[in-house]
Amino acid sequence: MNKYPITIKPFGENAVLIEWPNKVEEVILDDILRFQAFLQLEIENDWEFIPAYNSLTLINLKTKIDFSTIEKQLLKMHKDSDSTSKRQNYLWKLPVCYDLEFGIDLEELSKELKMSIEELIKMHSSHEYIVYGIGFLPGFMYLGGLPKSLETQRKSEPRLKVEKGAVGLAGKQTGIYPQESPGGWNIIGNCPIPVFNLKSEEPCFVSVGDKIKFEAIPRAEYELHKIEGEVGIYTPEKIVLNA
Amino acid sequence: MLKILKSGFFTTIQDAGRFGFRNKGVPISGVMDSISVERINTLLENESSAAVLEITMTGPTLLFEENTYVCLAGALISPTLNNEPVENYKVYKVSSGDILSYGRLEKGFRSYLAVKGGLKTEKILGSYSQYVPLTSKKCISENEEIQYEVCNLFEPKISEVKMDTYLDFDFLEVQRGPEFNILTDNHLEALFSKDFTISKKNNRMAYQLDEKIEGHSYSMLTSATLPGTVQLTPAGKLIVLMKDGQTTGGYPRILQLSETSICVLAQKKFGDFINFKLT
Repeated sequence: MNKYPITIKPFGENAVLIEWPNKVEEVILDDILRFQAFLQLEIENDWEFIPAYNSLTLINLKTKIDFSTIEKQLLKMHKDSDSTSKRQNYLWKLPVCYDLEFGIDLEELSKELKMSIEELIKMHSSHEYIVYGIGFLPGFMYLGGLPKSLETQRKSEPRLKVEKGAVGLAGKQTGIYPQESPGGWNIIGNCPIPVFNLKSEEPCFVSVGDKIKFEAIPRAEYELHKIEGEVGIYTPEKIVLNA
Repeated sequence: MLKILKSGFFTTIQDAGRFGFRNKGVPISGVMDSISVERINTLLENESSAAVLEITMTGPTLLFEENTYVCLAGALISPTLNNEPVENYKVYKVSSGDILSYGRLEKGFRSYLAVKGGLKTEKILGSYSQYVPLTSKKCISENEEIQYEVCNLFEPKISEVKMDTYLDFDFLEVQRGPEFNILTDNHLEALFSKDFTISKKNNRMAYQLDEKIEGHSYSMLTSATLPGTVQLTPAGKLIVLMKDGQTTGGYPRILQLSETSICVLAQKKFGDFINFKLT
C-alpha cells in the first residue's frame, strides 16, 4: 500500500516530531499508528510516543538526540517499514445518561440545532467516534467523526466548573471531561465510568486509534454504573477492531 | 518524620518526573529546576529520582523528628537550621528536634530541600510528584508529616560544589520550535530584541509573558507539547509550558527552551525580565 509522505522536525534537545499531511482522516491516523507500532519493535525502549491527528512525537528519556542522525534513520525506517504491521484497537461502548439533570445544555441546544432532544441524543449516540489524540487533561480524548448536524459553537462564557464525566459538544468535537474542570463546551450528558482511574490496573483504558460509541442509559443504570466505576469493577464493553 | 510546622506559600513534593503516560494526557511534572536538584541528590548520594521539597517564594518551617542529612539548593530564601544560617550545596547533619526555617527571598523563586534517601510519600504512576488529580494533594500543608529514613552516619564523598550563576541569567536559550517558520520578520525582530516580563499568571503549568507580539491566523491540528515549549496565541501572547503543562496543544509551538533555560525560567517570578537567545 501507499505510504504518506512524512516530514521530520527537530523539537528541542530530546524530541523529534514526525508529521503527516495536515488532514483529519482515519487512514492517516492508521498510518501514524502503524509506523509507531513498527518503531516500538525496532528501536530501544527509552522513547515515549505521542500520536495525535497528523503527528507522532518521539521523546527520548535518556539522552539528547542528534537531529540529523535521527532524521536519516527515521526516513529510512519509514521507507522500510512493514506497512502491514498490526496494531490492536478496540471499539469501546461507554454509557451516557442524557437526563436533563446532567444534560444542562440539551434544551438550549435542541432549539439552536433545530431538532428535538430525543433526535439529538439519538444522533449523538448512534455514531462511532475515533480517538485522534489524548491530551489536555489526563484521559481527555480528542474525538473525531461528529455528525455535521451536531456541530455547534462553544458557550460564549465558559463555565467555571464542569462536572467530572460531563459529555459535551463544541465545534466539530465531542468528548468527556475526565475530571472536574472549567470548560466552554455544551454539556449534554454524563458518563458514569471514569475514563482515567488510578484504581484500575490500566488507568486509561482507551488508546489513540480506538473508537468510542456512546450508549444512552436511564438514570437508574447510571447510578449503578457510577458505583461500579468508582470501586473499579465496571468493565466497559469492548469490541476488537481490525481483528 | 518531617513535620510541617508552617507550609510556606506553595511547597510541593517533586521528583524527576512521571514518565510513560504522556500518551494518555498525563504531564510529566517533576522539579521545575532540575539542575539544582540533580546536584543536591548527587551530594547526598541519593538516586537521581529521589523526591525533594520544592519551595516556592516563601519557605516552610520544618521539624525533623529523626536524624538525617540534608542539602539545599535553588533560590536564596535565607534558610536557618536552629537559627544558624545554612548555605546551598552543603551537606548538613540534622538531629531529631532540629528546626529548618526560611526568611527573606533574596534571589530566585524556587528553593529545594533534599533529605538523605529521599522523601517517602505516595507514589502514583511511578512518581512522587504532586499533581492533582493524580495525587490527593497539590501541595504540603501545616501539621502534615512526611516520612524519610533515619540516617545516623553519612560521609559524603563530595562535601561542597560551586554556587550557581544561572540564578542571575536573564536570557533563555531557545531552539526553533516545530512552527518556527510561520514567524514573520516582525515576529522575529520582536522575539529576539525585546525584554519580556514574567506575568502574574505563572505557575508549574505555564509561564505567561506580559508583552504581546504580532498575532497570527495560523491554524493547526492539536499535537504534542513539551515542558519548555513556547506557544504563540492568535492574539500574540507568549505562553511557556512548564513541568505540569498539558501534553498536547493547538497553538503554534514557535520556540523550545533547553532544559537549562527551563531551570532559569523556573527561578523567575512576577515582574522579572527575560529575553530569548536562539541557539
